[in-house]
Amino acid sequence: MVQSFRLENLGLINRDKKLSFRFNGKAYYGYEGDTLASALLANGIHLIGRSFKYHRPRGFFGAGVDEPYAIVQLYRNGETEPNVKATEQELFEGLEAKSVNCWPSVNFDIGAINNFLKIFLPAGFYYKTFMWPKSFWYKVYEPFIRKAAGLGVASIKHDKERYEHKYEYCDLLIAGSGPSGLASAYAAAKNGARVILAEDKARFGGTLLTSEVNIGNKSGREWADGIISELKEMPNVVVKNRSQVFGYYDHNMLVMSERISDHLPKTKKFHPKQKLWYIRAKEVLISSGSIERPLVFGNNDTPGVMLSSAAKEYLKVYGVLVGRKPLVFTNNDSGYETAIEFKKNGIDPIILDTRKDPHSEIVDEAKNLGIKIKFSYVVVAAQGYKKVKSADIAKISDDKEQLGKIENIKCDCICVSGFWTPTIHLASQSGNKTKFNENIDAFVPGISKQKETTLGAANGTYTLDETLKSSFETAHKLSKQITNNDNKISFPNVVEKKSTIHDKFWCVPLPKGKNYKRFLDFQNDVAVSDIEIALREGYRSIEHVKRYTTLGMATDQGKTSNLNGLQLVSKIENKVVPAVGHTTFRPPYTPVSIGAIVGREVGKHSKPTRKSPMHSWHVKNNAVFVDAGVWLRPRYYKLGDENLFEGSKREAKNVRTNVGVCDVTTLGKIDIKGPDAAELLNRVYSNAWLKLPVGKARYGVMLREDGIVMDDGTTTRISENHYHMTTTTAQAANVLSHLEYYLQLVWPELNVNVVSTTEQWAGAAIAGPKSRNLLQKLFPNSDVSNEGLPFMGFTEGDLFGVKARIFRISFSGELAYEVNVESDNGNFMWEKIMEIGEEFKIQPYGTEALSTLRIEMGHVAGSELDGRTIPYDNSLEGLLSKKKDFIGKRSLSREAFIAEDRQKLVGVVPLDKKTSIPEGSHLVKDSNAPLPNPKLGYISASCWSVEHDNPFSLAIIKDGKNMIGKKLFVMSPLKNKVIPVEIVSSHYVDPKGERVRS
Amino acid sequence: MLYIKCPHCGWRSQNEFSYGGDASVIRPELNKKVSDQDWDNFVYNRKSLRGKHWELWQHLSGCRQWIKVERDTATHEIFNTLKANEDIS
Ligand SMILES: [Zn+2]
Repeated sequence: MVQSFRLENLGLINRDKKLSFRFNGKAYYGYEGDTLASALLANGIHLIGRSFKYHRPRGFFGAGVDEPYAIVQLYRNGETEPNVKATEQELFEGLEAKSVNCWPSVNFDIGAINNFLKIFLPAGFYYKTFMWPKSFWYKVYEPFIRKAAGLGVASIKHDKERYEHKYEYCDLLIAGSGPSGLASAYAAAKNGARVILAEDKARFGGTLLTSEVNIGNKSGREWADGIISELKEMPNVVVKNRSQVFGYYDHNMLVMSERISDHLPKTKKFHPKQKLWYIRAKEVLISSGSIERPLVFGNNDTPGVMLSSAAKEYLKVYGVLVGRKPLVFTNNDSGYETAIEFKKNGIDPIILDTRKDPHSEIVDEAKNLGIKIKFSYVVVAAQGYKKVKSADIAKISDDKEQLGKIENIKCDCICVSGFWTPTIHLASQSGNKTKFNENIDAFVPGISKQKETTLGAANGTYTLDETLKSSFETAHKLSKQITNNDNKISFPNVVEKKSTIHDKFWCVPLPKGKNYKRFLDFQNDVAVSDIEIALREGYRSIEHVKRYTTLGMATDQGKTSNLNGLQLVSKIENKVVPAVGHTTFRPPYTPVSIGAIVGREVGKHSKPTRKSPMHSWHVKNNAVFVDAGVWLRPRYYKLGDENLFEGSKREAKNVRTNVGVCDVTTLGKIDIKGPDAAELLNRVYSNAWLKLPVGKARYGVMLREDGIVMDDGTTTRISENHYHMTTTTAQAANVLSHLEYYLQLVWPELNVNVVSTTEQWAGAAIAGPKSRNLLQKLFPNSDVSNEGLPFMGFTEGDLFGVKARIFRISFSGELAYEVNVESDNGNFMWEKIMEIGEEFKIQPYGTEALSTLRIEMGHVAGSELDGRTIPYDNSLEGLLSKKKDFIGKRSLSREAFIAEDRQKLVGVVPLDKKTSIPEGSHLVKDSNAPLPNPKLGYISASCWSVEHDNPFSLAIIKDGKNMIGKKLFVMSPLKNKVIPVEIVSSHYVDPKGERVRS
Repeated sequence: MLYIKCPHCGWRSQNEFSYGGDASVIRPELNKKVSDQDWDNFVYNRKSLRGKHWELWQHLSGCRQWIKVERDTATHEIFNTLKANEDIS
């Protein structure tokens, strides 16, 4: 197909590279350097979608980030992405896009009946209409609204693309590469500052690409190209295109999203699709420019009505005519620039200027070129449904209230210019209290809150000369403060055409008998009448008007609509705009893909994975792993086609009959040294620690200050002033911080050092009646007899040349030991244990068997020490010293903690000795009691007792000490189970603790 | 993300630190009688004020030192940072 609206030889596109693409299933061509928007316009396509609420046909309004409606569903390399702006999406070979918001098709859209039947959906329509009857919401209203009012479809497939995060620091971050961005980047870089210059678009230069100016005897574009190539060569400068600084956060941290591969048919191997930059800048220069304001008139949303700056950009950057019979409707000189460009390319535009008699160089140039200009004229309404066909125009009275006789003139596009709105989003996000500038009818940044300065058009400075001067000076001053250099740049000579003041007029009155929709917010379909309704219904705060009408709440964040909305409210309310105030700007400035925000932290990378030194052995021996915090631990070692229940039962049983070995490397380990180490332990643990002899371990419980159990574990006195503390896997990091807190802040007088040694030691728990026989063979030179190494004893041994620590501690209730070696020797230790243990029928056991063993002997663990229980609840009250003070002791005398019927740990056995009890079930007296059935307690942990060969659970239950022997019911509404049970002692195995001491 | 000057390491981003609450809280001395009210104040009662607030942060992924930070809870402005053994003014 011929690109019938493409001009020969104009624009910055690469005409040597033709690209094919599809839109709504039809094939078209464009060129490298096109956006999807410019390529469609070159092919004469103006109808791109349907509007959000009324499903009116919509085309292109802008040429970049300001676009409110040209949103498409994009297909790229087998993936799909919603909410893509056609004006921002660069064309690539094979691109496919589809319209959104239309069903069944963009040309015939059922939702548009809303428009034709005049059942216009006014402000608050959704709130008012769909509230009743309530039952209709889910079945009728919501599905219809969802189908009719979407912005595209999110892919439900796993996103295979790679997204990266980068942290960066710089002296100056400069957001925007228009005249002020380039000038300030250049000045700061020449002064030795570390500079990051970010440009949202593919091309650097901003308005210099489209304006007829001269800087230092070069065209604006040539000057921009020169500066950029010089900056790119400088080692202290990072220059990034396709990079949007979208958020300004605390302490001068800004976030920028770089679209690395979105403009390519496919992401290159080892490249990310997008990169999110977290930039901490000493100073921020906001040179984000300004966005042209629409003029408001009837049917101003018709395809073919667009910003005059966009029409100029399509012409000058892409060589594309947005129409052959353009009408330019303006209240300022900018519209003339667009008209002049049309004229230069052989097109005859007509200018309607709302001003009566403006005089400036630009107006004179247009007159001299013979362009037809109608002063004091307005567009009353655009005519044409899917494309502008003509315009109703009229003369307007000097007071701008009365319209003259309506005339209809043929045209195929209407380019509007309602003056310029500074892009103050970043400044506002930084906390800058913006102020209203009467001269430009817009808000500009006020006093800076963070280290930010706004320059150029974003600051309301609309002349090039002033922009460049202030940018050079500001960047020089700021960089000098940072680098102490004083290299000044000579200021180039600037030639630009002078313009005259704009007309404050922006909204064309309705002619008698007509009720044309005059849109303010094009994306959310908010018209003048909607704001009027909201105000009539009593909404006053601009924040409320915004929410009720949804003005400015679309994905474009009201870039083209906010100010006109404010002007309207201020006019109706008879207030000045600053008194109405604007709504808050929040990041992101433009939509950011979820993938970029998440970055590399997806799937298995969402947290680090820690593996013990014996991990590869576990893998080789069919371990089934389980996540234990960030650790991977063997849950059981699968033999044949065993399941978890069978495997863990076998392993636990082998511990009770022979000997088993469990990888306990993950246990937290803290090395404690210093003359006051014993005193520290005595304060953080609830039991007594001052008299623990060297070579002995002790079990301890530590509390939080509120009396809740924080953690438990054994600590061993290695030598006079040296202790080895163990913590649970889950609490290791918290316990270390806890100790550091007390040592640094509360008791700095204690001379103690603590350091984590979790990763320095590999640990193996050897448990079972034959564990001593095995140990004797592992350490033939050590005395590991019951006398030589009694229960809770410690010794150092020599494991075939490797230094080992041997602790006689038990978690399983069996005779047991824990052997630690330096991590590098972990695998060696493990293999020796397995090799020598063979004659004792050793088997490795995983966390499931470990749990079974600890549950049936009533040893509390994480499921009981859950941050809600005190020592008494866990039957640990015997470990509370009465003589000394310790952390949390004072809290234990609180009323609820000493109540007679306080909850306590018990054992639970099903009466049928068969039915397993789900963890988390409730215990009740009467299973048939009316709801809510009073709950006595809950099941904290369940296992299949290998000792008794029946199910056994631990529970924490009210008045637990008097419940032993009672018959109750376990109820699990989740599993729909009611199980009659008997309450027994929590020590279901070896209640006297004889085995561990044998 | 806040930018916090660790008195030991210098300027670091917030994600290296963990928050530790009100720095003005003083733990009652061990082995001394403490009234219920005083203990409640120590364990639970906090001002949760809006404005300047001395608070504790631990430089967890750095020097592991607990530090004192004077921060405005409304604006996040940080006025001062101190070592654990330095008294807040
Ligand atoms: Zn530090």
